[in-house]
Amino acid sequence: MTGVAELRLDGNALGGLLGELFGVDLTATPCTCGGCGAREQMACLDVYVGAGIIVRCCHCDAVMIRIVQGRGRTWLDLRGVASLELEE
Amino acid sequence: MARAAVSGRLSWRVADVLDVVSETPRVKTIVFDVPGWPGHRAGQHVDIRLTAEDGYQAQRSYSIASTPDGTLVELTVERLDDGEVSPYLTDELRPGDQIELRGPVGGYFVWEPTQGGPLLLVAGGSGVAPLMAMIRARDAARSDAETLLLLSSRGWDDVIYRDELETLGLDVVHTLTREQPPGWTGYSRRIDAELLAEVAWPASESPRVYVCGSTRFVDAAADGLLALGYDASWIRTERFGATG
Repeated sequence: MTGVAELRLDGNALGGLLGELFGVDLTATPCTCGGCGAREQMACLDVYVGAGIIVRCCHCDAVMIRIVQGRGRTWLDLRGVASLELEE
Repeated sequence: MARAAVSGRLSWRVADVLDVVSETPRVKTIVFDVPGWPGHRAGQHVDIRLTAEDGYQAQRSYSIASTPDGTLVELTVERLDDGEVSPYLTDELRPGDQIELRGPVGGYFVWEPTQGGPLLLVAGGSGVAPLMAMIRARDAARSDAETLLLLSSRGWDDVIYRDELETLGLDVVHTLTREQPPGWTGYSRRIDAELLAEVAWPASESPRVYVCGSTRFVDAAADGLLALGYDASWIRTERFGATG
């Protein structure tokens, strides 16, 4: 039996999907949590993959990003992210 | 494809299987030729996608174990018995087969020889694959970065890259968590804070640290290193899931 803790991945797992969508690597991109204000690189965030993908803050556990794919589209809900710092 | 060429956007490519090499009873290295491969950095991974006849798709990430060499990409894959993807990759793939692959992926869990050391690499099982890319890159660049690999395996016959690791000019500390050969005097337990305190450099050396393994392994190793006084910013981690 696999516990929930073992289903937790990290933001490295999002690199391929986000790289395909945005054309840049986002795993090293600093993300600020809209809940607690902690700033961490995407790779350090907690990621749960099921029917969709949930990204949680690794400090306060708040949901930062939701991703759902289907019918050739991707829905990206970023309402839990205060900011992403992208390099120019 | 035009869009991919302009923006550098990742896209799925068709890779040709060139060779399948047995590493341990449960682990194989698959050598791919990927036409148009742009090269990669040590530590990066690829996503592999399998599509069934009815359209069902399963996708997994696998680290690249090889140094950049033209269009060649080597993945080291552990067979998980109840997995959807790894049994196919390790049991069914033959030279000449083709597979869909997306990459190279990642800009966080990467190391360049120019970054130097000291370099502390901590791996659980097949988590050694991206660290092997770093070790091979270090060797190819003739880097003198002081490097220590702490490798946790089930038994001596499960140690991936065991013979090659002896030839690459780094220190390797093994721990064998399930079975030890007769006369084994090395570590025989899971990595914990005490073991790390005995093996790892003191925090005063401010090493660069890369940890890769299962979620449980990475959490234990990272916690142990923080307890040694390591700064969180020195430690880069990559977790792999329980689904293969």
